[in-house]
Amino acid sequence: MSAGPGKLPVIVTAKVKLNDLVTRFEFAHADGKPLPPFSGGAHTVVEMRDGDVTRLNPYSLMSDPVDPTHYAISVRRDAAGRGGSMFLHDKVQVGDRLVLGTPVNLFALDLTARKHLMIAGGIGVTPFVAQIKQLQTTGGAFELHYSARSQALASYADDLRAAHPKRVKLYLDDQSQQIPLERLLSGQPPGTHVYVCGPRGMIDWVLATAERLGWPPEAVHSEEFLAPQSGKPFDVELAQSGKTITVGEHESLLEAMEREGVDAPYLCRGGACGQCETGVIAHDGTFQHHDHWLEDDERDGSKIMPCVSRFEGTRLVLDR
Amino acid sequence: MSRFHFPPSIHSRPVYGTLAPRAGAAQIMLADAEGAEAILSVAQADPELMRRAHVIYIPKGTGDRFTDPLRAAAPDILHIAPSYGACTQRLHRVFSAAPMGAQIYLAGTEGLIGQAMALALQIGIPKSAIQTEHRGSVARRVQCVHCKGITEDVMTDPFQCGHCGLNLFVRDHYSRRLAAFQGVCIDAEDPGNVPAPVELYS
Repeated sequence: MSAGPGKLPVIVTAKVKLNDLVTRFEFAHADGKPLPPFSGGAHTVVEMRDGDVTRLNPYSLMSDPVDPTHYAISVRRDAAGRGGSMFLHDKVQVGDRLVLGTPVNLFALDLTARKHLMIAGGIGVTPFVAQIKQLQTTGGAFELHYSARSQALASYADDLRAAHPKRVKLYLDDQSQQIPLERLLSGQPPGTHVYVCGPRGMIDWVLATAERLGWPPEAVHSEEFLAPQSGKPFDVELAQSGKTITVGEHESLLEAMEREGVDAPYLCRGGACGQCETGVIAHDGTFQHHDHWLEDDERDGSKIMPCVSRFEGTRLVLDR
Repeated sequence: MSRFHFPPSIHSRPVYGTLAPRAGAAQIMLADAEGAEAILSVAQADPELMRRAHVIYIPKGTGDRFTDPLRAAAPDILHIAPSYGACTQRLHRVFSAAPMGAQIYLAGTEGLIGQAMALALQIGIPKSAIQTEHRGSVARRVQCVHCKGITEDVMTDPFQCGHCGLNLFVRDHYSRRLAAFQGVCIDAEDPGNVPAPVELYS
């Protein structure tokens, strides 16, 4: 039993370029079996074997959650990233076999809400596409406010607006349109929950505005996947495994452990879920915490999230 | 002093806090009798917040002892109601129109706090947006579990159900849905063997 989520062998059934940045990939089960249903907002971790390098990147599922015939993800090309999105865009073709993690949801709809107010920035629209499909079957009230750089880069905006003309509103940066957040968050009926997925700046803006207007924290939901950042190589002693490993410049601590055969737990690989939290036994140096998980008083050298965080110094011993 | 510290009891029994000003898109305050003191302490702590507040107040026998100070605190709206029943329609409308982010302040007797809390939750206001503070009478709103009739302002234990006439033992077992404590027949097995009524918390 692996410490991560279960595995699904799949075959790429479609690769659809939506615009200059975003391509949609569709997958079916490699053995023709039904894919497990998921809930809107769930993501899957895509395993990519690129020569000697294995990358595991999380992407939000955007297909119909109850359709067992296929999964779909939309991937934004990130030339400055570590190569996962470029690999999918440039090397993965229809007919290729891949392995996906079973869906995990860290951004689920709260179904006790009377209304769902969704705020999306750019590619952050993808979890909402699945959530809206889910809400169509249950009749849940929602509004989507979707901000994109330009009409051409507003992936799925036309489909969403055609299907839900009164519920989906698009705001385009190149036309100086901005989501009227203050007004939106000041006029929602009791029982509304707000969800935001997009760039860090947008998430911070929504969280801060909601807090200032008195929104209870449990009615405010956000999701941002962090890509592990590159950094200087560093050595780590793994006390339980009895190994000393070197984390390379362009790999994460979690990836380095996996490369060395250490079965470390993970779910989101993006600093959000907390599954990979690891105790620090000893250290001499400084941590570069990049996660959304640890409390401030845990960042003093007692814990680290190996999926996104790094270390610079002479010695690091982990309880793994 | 109108504050009473209830002794620890079973989980079912509601506990109350102390009202404090909180930032929010709207400020809605409801109090009866000495509950006004809790509202006035919020007003004292944050006079600016009070200027945006909608206050509904039920004097419940206190005359104008608190209405004048409440008026002096200059809330945006002050509505004086003769009873909870007389203001439930207004309360329903105010709660329903409250935007997310609105802060609700409930103060006074348990019957008032419980009923307004149940109404707010039913409308969809999140529980964490509702603050409560008990002030004044420790009288309870009690449901007879036998006939389902609810008797307001029960001060003694046991007491006689105002609907069916059974002698009821007042439990700490509380229904949030009904906003009422449960009253159970005390002499079912030995009719007529009823202890002398004792004032609650005396």
